[in-house]
Amino acid sequence: MKKWPTYLFILVIFISTACSKENEASYVPTPSPLNIPPLFESLILSPVIPANNPQTIEGIALGKKLFFDPILSIDNSLACANCHAPELAFSDSESISSGVNGTLGSRNAMPLFNLAWNYDELFFWDGKTFSLEHQVFVPVTDPLEMQNTWPVVENKLQQHAEYPELFEKAFGTSKIDSVLVGKAIAQFERSLISANSKFDKYLLGEADLTPEERNGFEVFMDENRGDCFHCHGSDKNPLWTDNIFHNNGLDENFKDLGLGAITGDPADNGKFKTPSLRNLAFTAPYMHDGRFLTLEDVINHYSEGLKNSATIDPLMKKVANGGVNLSDKDKADLKKFLLSLSDYEFVNNSSINK
Amino acid sequence: MNKILATTCLLCMILCSCHKDLDDDVFPTSVTFNFNHSWDDTPVTATDFNSLKFTNAHGELLSISKLRYLISRITFEKPNGEYFTFDDYFLVDLTQENTLSLTPNNTIPPGEYSHVYFTFGFNNEDNYMNYTDLNSASWNVPEMLGGGYHFMQLEGKFIDATNTETGYAYHYIRAVDNTQSPLVFEDTFFTVDIGAVNLSKSTNFNMNMNIAEWFKNPNTWDLNQLNNMLMPNFDAQMMMYQNRQNVFSLESVNPF
Repeated sequence: MKKWPTYLFILVIFISTACSKENEASYVPTPSPLNIPPLFESLILSPVIPANNPQTIEGIALGKKLFFDPILSIDNSLACANCHAPELAFSDSESISSGVNGTLGSRNAMPLFNLAWNYDELFFWDGKTFSLEHQVFVPVTDPLEMQNTWPVVENKLQQHAEYPELFEKAFGTSKIDSVLVGKAIAQFERSLISANSKFDKYLLGEADLTPEERNGFEVFMDENRGDCFHCHGSDKNPLWTDNIFHNNGLDENFKDLGLGAITGDPADNGKFKTPSLRNLAFTAPYMHDGRFLTLEDVINHYSEGLKNSATIDPLMKKVANGGVNLSDKDKADLKKFLLSLSDYEFVNNSSINK
Repeated sequence: MNKILATTCLLCMILCSCHKDLDDDVFPTSVTFNFNHSWDDTPVTATDFNSLKFTNAHGELLSISKLRYLISRITFEKPNGEYFTFDDYFLVDLTQENTLSLTPNNTIPPGEYSHVYFTFGFNNEDNYMNYTDLNSASWNVPEMLGGGYHFMQLEGKFIDATNTETGYAYHYIRAVDNTQSPLVFEDTFFTVDIGAVNLSKSTNFNMNMNIAEWFKNPNTWDLNQLNNMLMPNFDAQMMMYQNRQNVFSLESVNPF
């Protein structure tokens, strides 16, 4: 008889544990599939959504809150949004982004949009990280960025008045860890879709280009003039990037090896990811080190500023002449076309702003 | 007039009846085409890329940094004219090992086939369709050159006549004269016929592309003259087409 209370206690524990696990396993947050733009739907492959991190309303909301919250940094001073400002298409106006205490980083912050269509899932200028979920890990602990440690971040979030409940809603557990932080921010970042530029509207038959913009597009697509399309997409690839790594002739000698530092292959030295040409109106300065302050500088570089090196891309033509030597009119028109790829609705979208 | 109409209808019926639709049938034999590459007798893989180690027929020392090309319409034709064409197309990329082995989704019946062949590139019907995977790979040809898709991108560096390392982009498309309006085209896709096969079970076809041939025969390619901006160059495209003749060879056929 004396053993009955013990048996009863074990039974109660067993049932409550079983119920709690069942609740955790059966909890399903509200699905929120990506709203795929019509041009993307008809022209390119489907976005990459990991099976273990589907988009949900609660996950995106949590990711957004984390993105704008300086709690991830060691002294609560720096949020993701500090270097990835929404009004700048989630980029930084500084050539080189600064971390906690103004510590200068090494590169320009990349803009963030259409990341779910990065099919190879290699992120950062040098492709050092595979998957958006893993990408999130890097800036939090980078000594040039947020300078934090994950145990500290997890503890701060766990002790926070709101976060445990938000994680419960997003993932069915209030126990916070770095994996779930990564998943939430990745969901928010995948929701950043830019596809409503003037040129998008032109392709959809909803807007006209000016004669200058049309000529600029011809320069862009003409192998004898700009020949930008081999790396930067086209009217058939609305990402306006190939998401691949190239040496575009910036330097004869490399201070920053880029992809080469990651792969260890000298043939990759000086290669950096092709950035999308969307939203150039908001994403200055340009290149991985923000060396060009204006679009004119960028166009002049390809026209007459190319520097030869062992790994310069074969598509960088007429290197001995500095580049393709565009006429002043073609340069001006190319700039007008490039600006037609900017999506003002995206940068003014309050739902993805703080 | 009625006779002409009747004859046309009859011909159409015969032609349609010769082509077997593979979509609904399941047969016990699958086929795989493995694409190997060489520079004449020396095997080439992606590990050979980015090294100045090949010499073309004109004498230029060169490297390869990219080689991608399109294979479509793999077809098995029986002696009675009946043929089976796979709908699949394949973008072969030497840096992506999984693209070097092409296995169509469908299977075909075992038996005697008098011709096995595939298309390099796209024929004109296929070339102007919309392919989301090829668009995503930035494989398109600009509309000002007629649109459609690249058939091949071969890129690298060579030592030019001034002893300078210079890039080349040997891009192969449907030839177009864009100095005229409307554009004037010349077809450059081609069929590679690897002959007869008795297909008793699933089989590997091991093919080889001799990359050196693109620079060799009948046109000895001078990279100093033709290294870039070749897509709008009608004559260069025709020279590439003419140099196709010994590019592909069948190495072996291995039932498994």
